[in-house]
Amino acid sequence: MRLEYFQMIDRVLAADGESLTAEARVPEASPVFEGHFPGHPLVPGVLLVETMAQASGYLLLRRFGFARMPFLASVKEAKLRSFVGPGASLTVEARLVHEGSGYAVTSGRIEAGGKRVCDAELTLRVLDFPAPELEAAMRAQAERIGLAAAAPAVPA
Amino acid sequence: MDSAFDRIAGIIAETSGLPREKITPDSHVIDDLGIDSLDFLDIVFAVDKEFGIKVPVEAWTQEVNAGQAPAGQYFVMKNLAARIEELVAAKKVGA
Repeated sequence: MRLEYFQMIDRVLAADGESLTAEARVPEASPVFEGHFPGHPLVPGVLLVETMAQASGYLLLRRFGFARMPFLASVKEAKLRSFVGPGASLTVEARLVHEGSGYAVTSGRIEAGGKRVCDAELTLRVLDFPAPELEAAMRAQAERIGLAAAAPAVPA
Repeated sequence: MDSAFDRIAGIIAETSGLPREKITPDSHVIDDLGIDSLDFLDIVFAVDKEFGIKVPVEAWTQEVNAGQAPAGQYFVMKNLAARIEELVAAKKVGA
């Protein structure tokens, strides 16, 4: 994770058209921790929500073959169940709930050490890319985190 | 079973907080009921789930924006209900 650059996903572990599992490692140090909170560093809950949104976004980018861009539109039933501090290793999951016309609904979930940290239902608008630079940047990010190379998850 | 209109009106009332009695067959979802685009997204999701369809909102919006259809054809409640019934019927035929 590079919190200050909003790069929340480090590596995609598994993905198909319906779900995505990714890894996110919280840095030991970040300017974010200087304010949140002095003497008691914690990943802000809104950044955990952002992490679930980015996992959902990559799931949809892969599903739509980068033809369109997902934008976060709403977050429902967000539950922040435990604190996440520096150095934590997170497993992030996004699962498609519904694909509508111009939007998609996903469920997001983050675990640390096998324990659920947070979850939410997210709605993303799916729009044409507003700028070619954004499409290029998303493709580069996806390449960085191994989205295209990720294989579907093996059923447990 | 309630009519498509009643089911959609119930969804809109629940999603937007509008009194159910304010929603009439001649209500324009946006102009009269003041539903904004985000609430409309929630309504479409609920309608998709309730009727087991995919409401083609993007295609409708493109038609309206291109001047190929009046907005009322899709966004006045009685017409919206008729469009939903058509989608449900088309799904049954295709099933």
